[in-house]
Amino acid sequence: MARALRYLAQAAVYLLIAVLLGVLSNSPVYRAFPRDQALIKLSLVHSAQRKVPCRKLSAEELAELAPNMRKPMSCSRERLPLWLEVRLDDRLVFSESLPPAGLSKDGPARAYHRFPVAPGRHSLSLKMRDSARTEGYDYQLDTEVELEALQNLVVDFRPESGGFILR
Amino acid sequence: MNRVKNGMRTGFMWVEDWLDRAFGPAWNPLYHLGALGFFYYWIVAASGIYVYILFDTGTTEAYDSIEYMTVEQWYLGGVMRSLHRYASDGMVLMMVVHMLREFALDRYRGNRWFTWFTGVPVFWLVIASGITGYWLVWDKLAQYLALATTEWFDWLPIFGQPIARNFLAPSLLDDRFFTLLTFMHIAVPLILLLVLWIHLQRVSRSRIHPARGLALGTFAMLLALSLFKPAVSQGPADLARVPAEVGLDWFYLAGYPLMDIWSKGALWAFTATITLIVAVLPWLPPLRRLPAAVVDLKNCNGCTRCTEDCPFNAVSMQPRSDGLPFEREAVVNASVCVACGICAGACPTSTPFRRASDLIPGIDLPDRSLRQLRRPFAPAASRPTGTGCGRLVGQGPRDRIRLRPRRRGARCRAAGRGRAQPALHRRPAALLHRLRVEPRSGGRRLHHRLPQGRVLSTFRSALDRGPPCPPARPLPAGPRAARADRHVLGRPDRPSAAGPGGGVLRRGTRRAAARARRPGAPGGHAGGLGRRGGRPWLGRFAISLRRRSTC
Ligand code: HEM
Ligand code: SF4
Ligand code: SF4
Repeated sequence: MARALRYLAQAAVYLLIAVLLGVLSNSPVYRAFPRDQALIKLSLVHSAQRKVPCRKLSAEELAELAPNMRKPMSCSRERLPLWLEVRLDDRLVFSESLPPAGLSKDGPARAYHRFPVAPGRHSLSLKMRDSARTEGYDYQLDTEVELEALQNLVVDFRPESGGFILR
Repeated sequence: MNRVKNGMRTGFMWVEDWLDRAFGPAWNPLYHLGALGFFYYWIVAASGIYVYILFDTGTTEAYDSIEYMTVEQWYLGGVMRSLHRYASDGMVLMMVVHMLREFALDRYRGNRWFTWFTGVPVFWLVIASGITGYWLVWDKLAQYLALATTEWFDWLPIFGQPIARNFLAPSLLDDRFFTLLTFMHIAVPLILLLVLWIHLQRVSRSRIHPARGLALGTFAMLLALSLFKPAVSQGPADLARVPAEVGLDWFYLAGYPLMDIWSKGALWAFTATITLIVAVLPWLPPLRRLPAAVVDLKNCNGCTRCTEDCPFNAVSMQPRSDGLPFEREAVVNASVCVACGICAGACPTSTPFRRASDLIPGIDLPDRSLRQLRRPFAPAASRPTGTGCGRLVGQGPRDRIRLRPRRRGARCRAAGRGRAQPALHRRPAALLHRLRVEPRSGGRRLHHRLPQGRVLSTFRSALDRGPPCPPARPLPAGPRAARADRHVLGRPDRPSAAGPGGGVLRRGTRRAAARARRPGAPGGHAGGLGRRGGRPWLGRFAISLRRRSTC
């Protein structure tokens, strides 16, 4: 191949690589979420109550312990599972008993769930039990939300702020 | 599996052939994929340092500083950013092709396991570097990545708090997370460099710098691309809104759409399984352990060439043990020898251009000796000259050079190439990696391109010191070998840098020999083979020829 032709062929190969790099580096576009939907995202981390409630140690019991181990309360590590229910427009969309994390089941329970919904008004009902009760709820929130397309509504839980919060 | 591999090999060879025509072996990108990968790495590192200087860490500062670079300082910051992106993409492209090529050429088994195995973490470190990089921009793509990646990692029960919660809402976003990300985006590539260094531990003269022409071409390509299509962001991240459409960098992020198709657990299982299979590939059947090279002390004069040329540090020189009057002898460490056969080609007694005697290198592969290797080439190369361009096909005794008609006036330089039989890749010796049959004006030459290409042979040419000559002894020359030799010979039709002298090749075909005897005929050995500049990959043979002739 003549020298000029060789350089031309080289340029063509470089062009091919450049096109490959240039094009694939940001296209084709990926549709990660439908444009005409909104998202309700349930994400919370909360420790349910202890399986065996803490108990105050008696004076004798305390005296038996080594001096550096004398804590007035005796607490088991294991936590109860967290029971959580979500109703969206009166439809039950989530109802689960979430186990505590950790090998000795002493960690918080976690929930992370995405609910794509149509934009507009929705009623949202959130209920949680973090104790050993089987009737009624420890926390509850019933509310109406107005969502735009592509809006990201986060359902979180902060006991210090009184329970469920929407962001 | 084997069929896939054979198909891939054929494909690679076809493309390599074409690229050889355009680039020549010294610049052929497919022969220098690892080196190109390194070249891209250095471009990424250099442009990364500049981009880092202008970069601000913080939830809004990150995006703003990158916008400033791209828009206001487009002529430098923007170009640097684009170089950073495109060179990173180039690295993935090169890495994947490099990996496929090593696979297709069966270069991952036996003692090559180490290089293959350490390539697996290299792959993931490259990908991790890219993902952390895209994350730092904190645009819509970064937001998508942040959530998708953290959600994926949260599936593993290792984090107390789900890390995806860092990206729930604007109020929860923390500048410290960006500091951590920036740290990771610097640390991961540095770890990558360390692992790349480990990757090359078994390759003694690994090529980590591409030839200047190839490097220049590559850089010019990246620069042109950066100016023509500068890298841009995809709008600032907004955690209150879901990113709907994102322009993915498919080199790094092609796996992300799978998260929406499969469950997180399924994707983990898939990723882990593929990684595991690739990692243990060297040990999967069909297990082939190729017998290591063996030294034949009778023919070893301790010249050290095999030690110097072995790309895997598998030959060492040790004190002579057989009483012959040489200081040292070659000793093979079978546990690292990959049976590539390069040492056999390096040994001064082995030049395939010799004809007067049988080929008995001081070091050779037991199951596929140089002699056996050469046999099929000889008759194949003995076709009438000037009629076409050859390609060596087949395997073993059925090897032949298939000639295809040559266009009028076209020189058979590139097309006139005999392909070393594919068996050479599948079986051991890659010595005659490429064989080029060049019919030209009645003469015939065989060119050998060594698997390692230039480095070995320039190295070899640089090693221009005369070794002690092997003991003089008549070498057995069977009738068959002699016949084959006559065919393989080139015609000494050009003076060579090796200078005049009684090279073995002088005794070529009868016609060539007659011409060489003519008064005033230029002396020389292999007709131009000794040129050091132009075709250095041929240099070794010229020098081996010269060695012989001075002995
Ligand atoms: C950016 C990433 C990578 C770079 C820069 C790189 C670089 C290199 C270089 C420079 C060589 C030596 C080539 C020579 O001198 O002939 C090499 C060899 C090799 N690489 Fe990589 N590599 C990368 C990724 C990988 C990956 C992902 C794999 C496979 C999993 C891999 C498998 C191999 C093998 C098997 C060899 C040995 C070839 C032989 O022994 O002949 N590499 N690499
Ligand atoms: S065959 Fe020769 S060159 Fe190849 S690894 Fe073994 S000793 Fe080294
Ligand atoms: S190249 Fe040949 S002669 Fe030289 S040391 Fe190696 S085996 Fe011996």
